[in-house]
Amino acid sequence: MNQWLMAGLLFTPLAWAALSLLLDFRQGRWLSWLGMLIQALVSLGLWVAVASNGGFYYALAGWEAPLGIALRVDGLAVTFVLLTAAVATACGLHAGVYLDPSKSWQRYFWPLFWFLWAGLNGVWLGADLFNLYVSLELISLSAVGLVALGGEAAALRAALRYLFAVLLGSLVYLLGVALLYGQFGTLSLTGIAAVVGADEPAAAMALLLMLAGLALKTALFPLHGWLPPAHGVAKSPVSALLSGLVVKASFYIAARLWLELGDRLGSHTLAQGIGALGAGAVIWGSWLAFRQPHLKQVVAYSSVAQIGYLFLLFPLTFAVAEPVSRLAQQGITLQVVSHALAKSAMFLAAGNLILSVRSKRVDALGGVSHYLPFSLFSFGLAGVSLMSLPPTGGFAAKWLLLQASLASGQWWWVVVLLLGGVLAAAYVFRIYRATFLEDRASDDFYHPPRSLEAIPMLLALLALGLGLVAEPVLSVLALPFEVAAEVAADVAVQP
Amino acid sequence: MSPDLLYALAGVVLCGIGLFGFLLLEHLLRRLLAFNLIGSGVFLVLIGLAQHRNGPDPVPQALVLTGIVVAIAATALAVVLIRRYYHLTGHTSLADDGEAQS
Repeated sequence: MNQWLMAGLLFTPLAWAALSLLLDFRQGRWLSWLGMLIQALVSLGLWVAVASNGGFYYALAGWEAPLGIALRVDGLAVTFVLLTAAVATACGLHAGVYLDPSKSWQRYFWPLFWFLWAGLNGVWLGADLFNLYVSLELISLSAVGLVALGGEAAALRAALRYLFAVLLGSLVYLLGVALLYGQFGTLSLTGIAAVVGADEPAAAMALLLMLAGLALKTALFPLHGWLPPAHGVAKSPVSALLSGLVVKASFYIAARLWLELGDRLGSHTLAQGIGALGAGAVIWGSWLAFRQPHLKQVVAYSSVAQIGYLFLLFPLTFAVAEPVSRLAQQGITLQVVSHALAKSAMFLAAGNLILSVRSKRVDALGGVSHYLPFSLFSFGLAGVSLMSLPPTGGFAAKWLLLQASLASGQWWWVVVLLLGGVLAAAYVFRIYRATFLEDRASDDFYHPPRSLEAIPMLLALLALGLGLVAEPVLSVLALPFEVAAEVAADVAVQP
Repeated sequence: MSPDLLYALAGVVLCGIGLFGFLLLEHLLRRLLAFNLIGSGVFLVLIGLAQHRNGPDPVPQALVLTGIVVAIAATALAVVLIRRYYHLTGHTSLADDGEAQS
């Protein structure tokens, strides 16, 4: 059973990527519809399997670590696999209608899309540091290809800047992996966590390098410079994928590293410092979002701000009581899920609005609220989640983070959480204000097909409803992982 | 000092030179070469450090092989993008943002 699930999660995206290279855009779309159905079924199957039997280790094709690829399936991984299936399917369906089949190079969307999906699943399930690196690179290279898909000079410039940033980030991460391997002779994260002691400067240096590389790839302030051009210039379904899922992959690895090793290799200064950078991202990113003249740049800078919240994980889980750390982890997970849903909805809706008014500028939106209420409504619903008003997922996430901050006596993060919400309201309402300015007498807008309108609406409704179903979502995260014996065996194998 | 440690230290030096070039050079191809230099440095550290601590070890060699494949793929993608960018704009660096946009 597990064998088929793993094959479905890792092998089918790769096979689909290779197959869709041979097809034109429309045939690739048919193939991808089938693939998305398979991914949805397999992801649900994995959930059922873990819910009934608990998490497990899986050695791909029977090759044991260190030379084989070890996979680790737990509640957190299942949460992200399901999230990826939901968001990527929505973006894939949207792209099938949105992209123009008459431009021959658009057919490369499908192979890149499937390589990206394979890399994402590889990151969620990866158990050793080197395979995480390979999966990250797979994600980066296909994401860069997707950004460059537009083909014009601005897209290429953004893609190149993006490529250089992520390549540097990967190598810095890999240097950290090299130091850890030299020190401990193992690549398994749980294996390292089992043997690492409190006072190991070389290992602490390695952790610092890895976190720095991953922060660059996640676009943590002040390393965020590459993100807004790349996410702003890409095609809307691509921007939705990049903002919704891709930046979460490197954050996920950083979070896993921190939760396993941070208590021994981290320090109070490091935790608070990363938290401060996150806070800076929230404030500075929101302010820049408020100032952007182009609609998609507003959404892209809003991603910089929302990513900032994620890094509050570091101070809120360092040297605090177990229940507080759990609250913070739950809050951050909800923030990842709700931001993925809301931001992909927002990018897709923004793409529809740009199609309608035939301009990328915010001040071209006048009259939209009158003639195109539906597109605007999805954008607004997604905005409500970013502002974290109840009952959205964003609210539930920030409520948990608020509790964690107060319980650990770090009241200063409360200020950041509240201020971030207010600033998010400012940049969302600025868009709304622009749409209510009536300067058009007649409806000369392009009306996108219903299927394009429905997908962002569905995603926005999911983000909105997430606050109401936060308990079941968090229960997936808390699924049991009962392989104490295997962890011990995994450690014993190492020389 | 064992030769293995020397390899690791040489790798660190290569990383430093590469990083220096990566951050300071503007020509896109030079930056790409700097990236490859950092990559080689990281691979040397990976092998040298592991051999210094644990003796001959096949795992880092397998990792470096994979790493080289990844680096070649990344380099190829970058070269294609740089070439296309050069054909479209005539620029060899990303610095002249405002001018190229107008």
